Amino acid sequence: MTLAEEGLAVHRYGERAFLVDCANSDHALGWLAAIEAYDTIGALHSRPGASTVLVEFDPAMTDAGELEQVLGQLRPLAYEQDPAASVINVPVVYDGDDLADVASITGLSVEEVIAAHSQGTYKAAFVGFSPGFAYLRGLNPRLVVSRLASPRQQVPPGAVGIADRWTGIYPRSSPGGWRLLGHTSLMIWDERLSTPALLQPGTVVRFVDASSDTADA
Amino acid sequence: MLNTLEVISTGPLSLIEDLGRIGFGRQGVGRSGSFDRGSHRQAQRLVGNDDAAAGIEVLLGGLSFRLMSDAVIAATGARVELSVDGRSIAQDTAEMVRAGQVVKLGRCTNGLRSYLAIAGGLDVDATLASRSTDLLSGLGPPALNAGDQIPVGTPMIRSKLRQVTSAGTRVPTSVNRQVTADVSCTLRITVGPRDDWFSTGALTRFLNASYVVDPASNRVGVRLRGAQIFRGEHRELPSEPTIPGAIQIPPNGLPLVFGPDAPVTGGYPVIAVVVDDDLDLLAQCRPGETIRFAPLS
Repeated sequence: MTLAEEGLAVHRYGERAFLVDCANSDHALGWLAAIEAYDTIGALHSRPGASTVLVEFDPAMTDAGELEQVLGQLRPLAYEQDPAASVINVPVVYDGDDLADVASITGLSVEEVIAAHSQGTYKAAFVGFSPGFAYLRGLNPRLVVSRLASPRQQVPPGAVGIADRWTGIYPRSSPGGWRLLGHTSLMIWDERLSTPALLQPGTVVRFVDASSDTADA
Repeated sequence: MLNTLEVISTGPLSLIEDLGRIGFGRQGVGRSGSFDRGSHRQAQRLVGNDDAAAGIEVLLGGLSFRLMSDAVIAATGARVELSVDGRSIAQDTAEMVRAGQVVKLGRCTNGLRSYLAIAGGLDVDATLASRSTDLLSGLGPPALNAGDQIPVGTPMIRSKLRQVTSAGTRVPTSVNRQVTADVSCTLRITVGPRDDWFSTGALTRFLNASYVVDPASNRVGVRLRGAQIFRGEHRELPSEPTIPGAIQIPPNGLPLVFGPDAPVTGGYPVIAVVVDDDLDLLAQCRPGETIRFAPLS
């Protein structure tokens, strides 16, 4: 359905962008795909939020009124992940500083927290907060916990955390308020690459418990 | 032959900036780059560089340096007491500087950010196709320090120095802005995308208010003091993409205008967005100065 048929809006976002309201994250990824299929010459820069898509354009190249009309008439593509191609398995050593606290908040044992996190299948909804930081949805509802009341000044690269309904991996050393369950040695960010973020919107992620793998610890 | 710039002193904050990282938003990377891009472009054009060449953004003056070889320089943007070996020289003009001479951007008398260009551009390593320092993400070169040796590229049009020198003395509009008794800066905006999260009364209040620039402002965001705007909609806003110029209303009701190093997503409603070219004006507003917003008709 088009946005109008779904009762969703296209908002002006400055004189160089539109913000498309979507029903949810999958809808946003479908929209992103539809905009990319339409924008064959690459005139637009589009990126998703949790349930929105921002479409940036150059007013010297693209007529804002025409683009707004096109956006109103586009239909999101069914977002289908190629199951073979882009599932990324992330080995995690579950040794995070907040593991015991998460267990106590959720009323689970540490083993149950690890099992609940490593058995899930996640999808990157969008990248925000810091370069390469993908918000992964699909967290077991039993693991939904608030952020730390006071963020850490320094979270090491590779730290795996949870907050609200999200899980994520800190790509680089940064401050951070998510509760840490463990760490991975997988390189999540490489700024020498033209696509530096390993996890792109739509990437499917599985966490693999590597706690007993001493080589990784 | 490569030239080198040796930093003698930096003032409060001197950063290497170009026109930023375009097209990496989906990777979580913001635009960064010079805050006042009009003044950046003007400086680069004066010395015969491409607009996208890297120069130095100097906050409140205080940068001094020497070059290992002769080079043409220009300083635009915020007004500073500009000198070569203690001799005063003009801003907004290409000037030939000899090897070893000390160039100083002294006291800043109007505006906030000056832009220094050197023929050939600063030739530090690029990160994601840009040499800009992004203070939020830490991408790009670190802030300049006394003693730094910065490589300078080869000028494109060395032989055309005379034409370059006469290229122009236009004072950038960002510094030549209208200063009146109570309003130092009017920024054009488009209303939305989340104006419907606010009552008509709150939006009117925002549009009629004069805001004072808070000292806690930086390239990530310019914080404003004045009329508090409270939203009528109390749902949680799912994180959505943001751009420089977005005016976010956090729970304390005080608007925050995103600068070039702002995060690429945000969870507070954006009531309006500053017209991209007017970020040049915002870049030059000092703490304590007053800002108003004027919707594009």
